[in-house]
Amino acid sequence: MWQTVLRRVLLMIPQLILVSILVFMLAQLMPGDPFYGNLNPNSDLATIERMRHAAGLDLPWYEQYIKWVGNVLHGDLGTSYVVNKGWAVTRIIGQRIWPTLSMGIIAAILTYFLAITQALLAARNENKLIDRALMVWNTMTSAVPSIVFYFIMMVLFVYIIPIFPISGTGIDDSQNFTTNFFGNLSYAFLPALTIALFSTNSIFQYLRSNLLDQQAQDYVRTARAKGVQIKDVFRKHILRNAFLPIASGIGYSITGVLGGAIFAETIFGYPGLGALFVQALSGRDYTVITALMLLQGFLALMGGLLSDIISAWVDPRIRVK
Amino acid sequence: MKEKLLDAKDVSVAFKIAGEYQTALHKVNLSINRGEVLALVGESGSGKSTFAMSVMGLHNPEQTQVTGSIKLNDNELIGLTERQFDKYRGVSVGMIFQDPLSSLNPLMKIGDQIAEAITVHDKQSKEVKNRVQQLLLDVGIVDAKRVSQQYPHELSGGMRQRVMIAIALANEPDLIIADEPTTALDATIQAQILDLIKEIQLKKNAGILLITHDLGVVAEMADSVNVMYAGQIVEQASVEELFNNPKHPYTRSLLRADPSDVNPGEDLYAIPGTVPALNDMDHSKDLFLQRVPWLNDEVVNAPVSEELQKVNAQHYVRGNVWKTFEFEEPVNNEEQV
Ligand SMILES: Nc1ncnc2c1ncn2[C@@H]1O[C@H](COP(=O)(O)OP(=O)(O)O)[C@@H](O)[C@H]1O
Ligand SMILES: [Mg+2]
Repeated sequence: MWQTVLRRVLLMIPQLILVSILVFMLAQLMPGDPFYGNLNPNSDLATIERMRHAAGLDLPWYEQYIKWVGNVLHGDLGTSYVVNKGWAVTRIIGQRIWPTLSMGIIAAILTYFLAITQALLAARNENKLIDRALMVWNTMTSAVPSIVFYFIMMVLFVYIIPIFPISGTGIDDSQNFTTNFFGNLSYAFLPALTIALFSTNSIFQYLRSNLLDQQAQDYVRTARAKGVQIKDVFRKHILRNAFLPIASGIGYSITGVLGGAIFAETIFGYPGLGALFVQALSGRDYTVITALMLLQGFLALMGGLLSDIISAWVDPRIRVK
Repeated sequence: MKEKLLDAKDVSVAFKIAGEYQTALHKVNLSINRGEVLALVGESGSGKSTFAMSVMGLHNPEQTQVTGSIKLNDNELIGLTERQFDKYRGVSVGMIFQDPLSSLNPLMKIGDQIAEAITVHDKQSKEVKNRVQQLLLDVGIVDAKRVSQQYPHELSGGMRQRVMIAIALANEPDLIIADEPTTALDATIQAQILDLIKEIQLKKNAGILLITHDLGVVAEMADSVNVMYAGQIVEQASVEELFNNPKHPYTRSLLRADPSDVNPGEDLYAIPGTVPALNDMDHSKDLFLQRVPWLNDEVVNAPVSEELQKVNAQHYVRGNVWKTFEFEEPVNNEEQV
């Protein structure tokens, strides 16, 4: 098993190189750049050219790439030109990663908790009222456009029942998230819950039908023949088998948080990597953009690895190979 | 005096199919004594498993009607609540199924699956580990320690079936139901598993309901035989009686169609047609006669008494056709060499 993991990790190196080239070229292809983007009537074009030259932006892309890779290997992702002007990108990311990570983990826990409890409830009461109600609810959440959904959540939990603090008010952008970790964590709940409610439905549908399939399997009959109560059969036998095909998705859902975060963070004014990405994008803050895309690529690869490890951990039939 | 273990009277089962209840088992009477191996034979679709599941109380209550009386050690089973049934399953009766791979949970260690059969009825039970090891030894698995740490996919078919037997035996049940226990296994393994079941039955003096469509297995294992067709018992006899003196046309057809029993030079008989669908069964007739082409409609459609006819004290048959039934000799020009 650990050999497989090691092999997978080594395989990630060429994949990462490919991702880095791709990411770098994509950033270059974007129209505008950090200096022209801030153009105003008082700007002196000569100064801008000097700044571009100093940043190396006038070099051909492959020379920039090689320089950049060299720096990345030394742990230097460059400095921000726009978002936090003059700050090291690693410092910005190091600060912004905590809000996103904590939100992502809370969202993942909520997602799976909601999906599993709903699916169990539905499958154990197949075709009864509760099952139908859950089916309708989950079809609804998957049909509502996300923008409407976010708006409803916002209105509901901020104005009508304000149990969660909304971000951008108490949380301090420049202060390190970890210094008041649990205080700041409370801001994560609303965006996390929104992400969770939104991503629960597909897992619910899948898990519910898996549970029903598994319920008809022979090993369930064996457990019943032993005298195990049906609710314990669900808990000890059916759930794990039904969860198997979904387990591999957990890895991706944790590492895929960055994608989901872009929308949620921007709407809820939550100062994580997602919001940072939007800021950096509109400011053409190259160094920040490339670093974030590289991080995303790295996380996607890690997600694959994590998913394989989880699958092998849950399924002994995979473990042996 | 033989002690009656299982006593089933007028057991009928109907499944709800497309909103309507359809009869799969019609007034089955059958009893098993302590220490007796009773074989239930019949083609696939006859209702054998349906009967076994009624004894286990494992039919889906929302889609199945079970009526009549099933008594185990004089305790009525029909009408028990789910919770009452849970306490009796695995304790008074253990069951072995056809496919041991799909019948074991693929994600659970063998040892844990056997242990569950014990702990589910005895939470305080100490020495569970030892008992699991002992059960594995009892079913002929010598390296019990290692096997109990393995998963089902790591074992051979024969080993898996031994594990299933260990699970069924975990609480020393009075009755063991084996539903086609060797059908999914190779011939050599089949013999070993049958030997094991026989050995256990002798040692524990349990009653066994052995479900099979293999007459060779019946001859080797059973004390008495019930032949089932289209949800009804058509013949009941001791093994000797059944093989030496079969009466019902269905039993005789099965024997004639048995590949292990065909004489050299003789053609193997193939019973024409199949068991009728549930919605196509009129249980007031002898349903098998529809599959005997040379009988005339009057005989085929004649109403048949619900009581089995007595041949002798060890032998009962359904209907009266057996008194006159003869096979039509095969037409010679169909024989091709
Ligand atoms: N749960 C069920 N729902 C509907 N029909 C069933 C069900 N179980 C069995 N049957 C039907 O009942 C008949 C007897 O089946 P079964 O008892 O499995 O036969 P056997 O075990 O002798 O092969 C078959 O026609 C089968 O299709
Ligand atoms: Mg069957």
